[in-house]
Amino acid sequence: MAILVNKNTKVVVQGITGKEGSFHATQCKAYGTQVVAGVTPGKAGQQVEGIPVFNTVEDAVRETGANCSLIFVPPAFAGDAIVEALDAGIELIVCITEGIPVRDMMMVKDYMKKNYPNAKLIGPNCPGVITPGEAKVGIMPGHIFKRGNVGIVSRSGTLTYEASYQLTQYGLGQSTAVGIGGDPVHGLSHKDVIAMFNQDPETEAILMIGEIGGTAEEEAAEFIKAHVKKPVFAYIAGITAPPGRRMGHAGAIISGGKGTAQAKMQALREAGVTVIENPAFIGKTVAQALGKI
Amino acid sequence: MKLHEHQAKELLKRYGLPVPEGRVAFSLQEALQAAEELGEFPLVVKAQVHCGGRGKAGGVKLVKNMEELQQAVEGMLGKVLKTFQCPDGKPVSRVWIEKATNIGKEYYLSITLDRSVSKPVLMASAEGGMEIEEVAKEKPEAIHMLHIDPALGLMPSQARKMAFKLGLPVNEFVKIAVALYRAYIDLDASLVEINPLVLTKEGNLILLDAKVELDDNALIRHKDLEELEDLTQLDPLEVEAKKYSLNYIKLDGNIGCMVNGAGLAMTTMDIIKLAGGEPANFLDVGGGANVEQIANAFRILMADPNVKAVFINIFGGILRCDRLANGLIEAAKMVEIKVPVVVRMEGTNVEEGRKILAESGLNFINAVDMWDGAQKAVALASKGG
Repeated sequence: MAILVNKNTKVVVQGITGKEGSFHATQCKAYGTQVVAGVTPGKAGQQVEGIPVFNTVEDAVRETGANCSLIFVPPAFAGDAIVEALDAGIELIVCITEGIPVRDMMMVKDYMKKNYPNAKLIGPNCPGVITPGEAKVGIMPGHIFKRGNVGIVSRSGTLTYEASYQLTQYGLGQSTAVGIGGDPVHGLSHKDVIAMFNQDPETEAILMIGEIGGTAEEEAAEFIKAHVKKPVFAYIAGITAPPGRRMGHAGAIISGGKGTAQAKMQALREAGVTVIENPAFIGKTVAQALGKI
Repeated sequence: MKLHEHQAKELLKRYGLPVPEGRVAFSLQEALQAAEELGEFPLVVKAQVHCGGRGKAGGVKLVKNMEELQQAVEGMLGKVLKTFQCPDGKPVSRVWIEKATNIGKEYYLSITLDRSVSKPVLMASAEGGMEIEEVAKEKPEAIHMLHIDPALGLMPSQARKMAFKLGLPVNEFVKIAVALYRAYIDLDASLVEINPLVLTKEGNLILLDAKVELDDNALIRHKDLEELEDLTQLDPLEVEAKKYSLNYIKLDGNIGCMVNGAGLAMTTMDIIKLAGGEPANFLDVGGGANVEQIANAFRILMADPNVKAVFINIFGGILRCDRLANGLIEAAKMVEIKVPVVVRMEGTNVEEGRKILAESGLNFINAVDMWDGAQKAVALASKGG
C-alpha cells in the first residue's frame, strides 16, 4: 500500500535534459522507479539514459501513460511547468525546484484549487517522496531508506534523511517518506499527508518533522486530535531561531510573534502527540514507544 | 530583501500613492540642498535604517529652520541608531527629509501573504502608529482583514466596505488600497505596510511611513530592485556569505556550526543549546555545495571572533561526504584553524569522507552522532572560552 507513489507510478521528468534533471531521472530509474518519459520543449525525439524525451507533458502522457510528474525546471519557469502538468491531467506533481517566486506559486495554487481540485502537488523546494523498495520520486539518497511501517512527513530534506537513518538503525523502516518543502506557498501540507497515512493500512505510526514559521503544524495538531488514532511523533526545528530572520527556507521565519517552535510543540502535545525535544533521539524515542527496544 | 523607507516611498509614489514630498540625503550638504528644494519648514528628518522603533530612539526629528535641520542631520548621519527592535543598532548612512504632515488621525494598512490560505490579506485598523502585533494581542477586533482572490485582484467594492468600517474618505481609501495591491503584486513584495496611514487635519489621506519587503526569490525578474539593497544594514559576514550563495546568519553564541540543509542547520543550533551551549551562527551550505563553497563557508565561520569551537554536522545526500572532506582540507589551507573542530558525518560516501579526513593530518575531532558532536563542541568551547 503505502501512500502517493508505488511500483505502478509512471513518472515523467520535466526539465530532463538539464544537469539536475538528467542526473536525478537516472538515479530514480536506477532505484527501480518507472521513469517513462522526459519533457524539454524542442527536444522531442532525444533520449536521456534510454528515457524518451517529448516536447510537451501532454505528448508524454499520451504516449507513455505517465501519471506523475517530477519537476526540475529553473525557478523562473517552474510555475508554468506545474500548470503544464496539471493541464495534461497529471494527478501527482512533485516539484523539486528551489527559489520559485512566491507570487507564481500563489497564482498556480489558486489555479490548481479552482480547476484541478483532485490533483496533488508536493513541494516546491522539497526532496520529493519515496516508498522504499517501490518508487523514489525525488532527490533523496535511496539507500538511507528501508521498507517498513513508519510514515514520515517533513518540511526539510536532510532532516528527513537524518530521521529515516535513525529509524533504520533501530530496525524501523518507512511506509512512505514525504518531503513537503520549506516554501511559504506549497502543495500538500503536514495535515494532508497525515490524513493519508491515517488511512493507509501499512502505516502503523507517523513521524512529523516540522519547523518554525506559519501555522501548518498547529493545523496538523487539530486534525490529529480529532481523527488520528495511530501513534504520532513530532520534532520541531528552530527553538533557537531568532524572530524576523529567514532561516534558509523562505517559510522558516517567526513573524509577528507567530510560528514559534514552542507554540507548535504545545499544540502537538495537547493533541496527544509525542514531542521529541532532542533530535538525536528521534529513532530511539519512536522505537521505545513502539516496543522495538 | 528589506527596503529603506525612502525607497519604499519613491516606489509607491510611482503607483499614484500619496506620500509626503521629500528627498534623500547622504551628507549634510545634500540635506541642506534638499531643504532648499523643499522650500518650506517645518520639515521632518528621518534616519534610514532597517529597523523599527526609530521615533522613540531619536531617529525622527521635526525641524523648524536650517539650524535645527543641520543639528538633526549631524546627530544622525554616520551614527549608529539603537532602537528597542535592534539593540545592537544599525548604521545611519542616509536620511530622508520630508515636508511635515498635519496629522489628524493615524490608521494602519498592510498587505502580506496569509500562508494558511495561500492568498494575500489586506489588513487595516484605526489603531495606527502602534505595532500591529500589539493591536492583535490587545484589541484583535480592531483589525479588519480582507482576503484577496489572486486571480481577480482587489475589487473596489471590497475596499469600499473596509473604508466604511474604518470611517475613512471612501473614494480616496479605495484608490489607495487598490494601488497598494497593484504595487504589492507588481513589485513581488512579501510585505507592504503603511503605519501610519494618516488622515490629515485637512481631510486627506497620506502614507506617513512605508515599509516594503521584497520576495528574494522574485529578484530574478527585478534587477532594478535588486540594486536597491543597502549592504550596510547587514552583518558584514552575512554579506560575505551571500557572495558564495551560502545561507549564513550571525548569532550571539560561541559555537560555530556548518550544516547542509536548512532544517538540519536549525536542528544543529537547537541541539547545541540542548547540550548547554549557544550557537554562533546558522549556516546552511546547501544540498549541492562544492569544494569552494565549503572552504569559504568555513573561512566565514572562523572569521567570527566569538567562535571558540566549531561543530560540522553533515548528512550526505547529494552533498557527498568525500566532497565535504576535501572542502575542509581546502579550507584548512586558506585559514589558520585556531579552535577545535568537531565533525559528524553520515550518509552518502561517509567511509570515504572519514578516510580523507583521517589521512589529512588535520586535527579534527570525530563524533559518532549529533548528540555526541554537540556535547563535545560545547565542552571544548567552554574550555577554550
